[in-house]
Amino acid sequence: MSLPAFLLLASALFAVGLYGALSQQSVVMVMMGLELMINGVVVAGGAFWHHVAPARPDGQVLVLVAITVMALEMAMGFAVVTALFRAREVDVTDEAGDLRG
Amino acid sequence: MREVAFWVLAVGAVAGGVAVFAVASMARATFALLVSFLCTGGELLLLGLDYLGTLVILMMIMEMLVMAVFMVMYMMNPAGLTPMSMVHNRRGATAVAGLTFAALAAGALTTPWPERRGLPPPDPSRALGAAVMGPAMPVMMVIGVAILATMVASVVLATAQGRYDRDGAR
Amino acid sequence: MRETPPLWTLAALPVALVVLALAAASFDHVLAARQAGHGGLAHAAAGPLREAARLLVQSRRTTFASDRLLLRAGVVSLPVAASLAAVVVPLGDVAVADPLVGVVWFNAMEVVVWASVWLAGWGPDSAYALVGGYRFLAQGLAYELPHMFALITAAVGAGSLRVSEVAAAQDGLWFAVWMPVAFGVLLLSVLAMAFWGPFGQPVAADVSGGAMAELTGVDRLVFLAGRSALLVVGAAVAVALFLGGGAGPLLPPGAWMAAKVAVVLAVLVWAGRRLPPVRMDRFAQFAWVVLIPVSLLQLLVVSIVVL
Repeated sequence: MSLPAFLLLASALFAVGLYGALSQQSVVMVMMGLELMINGVVVAGGAFWHHVAPARPDGQVLVLVAITVMALEMAMGFAVVTALFRAREVDVTDEAGDLRG
Repeated sequence: MREVAFWVLAVGAVAGGVAVFAVASMARATFALLVSFLCTGGELLLLGLDYLGTLVILMMIMEMLVMAVFMVMYMMNPAGLTPMSMVHNRRGATAVAGLTFAALAAGALTTPWPERRGLPPPDPSRALGAAVMGPAMPVMMVIGVAILATMVASVVLATAQGRYDRDGAR
Repeated sequence: MRETPPLWTLAALPVALVVLALAAASFDHVLAARQAGHGGLAHAAAGPLREAARLLVQSRRTTFASDRLLLRAGVVSLPVAASLAAVVVPLGDVAVADPLVGVVWFNAMEVVVWASVWLAGWGPDSAYALVGGYRFLAQGLAYELPHMFALITAAVGAGSLRVSEVAAAQDGLWFAVWMPVAFGVLLLSVLAMAFWGPFGQPVAADVSGGAMAELTGVDRLVFLAGRSALLVVGAAVAVALFLGGGAGPLLPPGAWMAAKVAVVLAVLVWAGRRLPPVRMDRFAQFAWVVLIPVSLLQLLVVSIVVL
């Protein structure tokens, strides 16, 4: 339960999320990867709060912000998927390169 | 005892995360992610962060269920009954993820982390509340505005008429 | 989380839960029999026991390509969610567990029900079951925010998230008296969270039983028992947070708690039989346009009073 153990867990979650965000075709799956990455941040924030500076609330505030970001990112992601689906009936990122060029 | 709980939850969280991208059924992927999040919530409870841990559990269950709604709405193979591969550039992604994990783990294990300064307050939730209502109020305000902006933006993106009034009136 | 719970509560809680859940189901059967015009009060009251016996011996029916893991998870998690939520309910004046964030814990365990019903709808690979599961999600999105605001209003009134402290803060005046809107919203959301009565569309007959359509035998019994237990736990938390818990003259706290929960439960079951079923999209509109602003106003009033 030491700090390096928690950070190892956080790194593992971040890495798995990164794999998902980079490799998945479907937007929903990419978002799951992003959620896992922020999950890693949440664990790291909580661990730092507990092991380094428990008397201050800053670690907790960071965790709160990360949780909020998770919720907001999901909401925006699904709104984008809805708009994308309505425009072209697909939900994969390979065909969503509209802004390129 | 807490050590055992920590490792069980840690393995559960990572295994759930890996399972998200390994299973063929989208419903199982969503619930594998939920298992991962529940383990993270458990880890936060182990750290003494009662409110944040319970909040993670609560919010993540709701988020995963909302994700289930969208998943079945949009994906062509939600139950995984017809096997298909939905990845691109798997080797590159694995390499990048592996390198990232190696770098972060090396940093986590070798950095001389500072000593603990002070003890946790008897009610961390109350301390958090007092902080966001006092010294950390900009955080609360920004979160509030960000949530409002997200609500407006997602409704505009998601409704069929976008940001225009009904009947084409501007 | 803190000290070990008193042992008698660990034994008393499941007993109380089972007895009250059975009582609620019996009362429901009696009301249904009276509505249908059949006599025989005792015969109707034994209805749930007969149903349980029938389901125990019924052979399980499976569907083709069902996701058994998810189906079992959904069915089992319903009574588990009810039991975990009941952990913070005070049995009289002491609960099995009294965490500092008891109110949030109850809320989290109630959200597990969302997952249970959806999994029970998704698992069998059946169209009607899926419709039932999604009806519950629509209902959930509608009632959840007013429910949370009602819980927060009680917590703000007491200045604490601990269920025992909220119950103790009412020794002058019950919260239900000066926060009637929050109390009403909580009762409504308890009906919705147990998909009972007017909010029973997820398991309604017009979708062949909805989320319960393909559940047979032991699965169905566990699911129905969990649903009854959920109603009981919701009623108990409403009593603890708004009707003063076990407080009252003369009788011991346990007796007062039991009496109050019985009354609230009877009212909920009666309302379940009297009110017509509510359509999910109309309820969603009502919840977001009326219930949320009203709950927020109630919260504002309470916050100003408490300041």
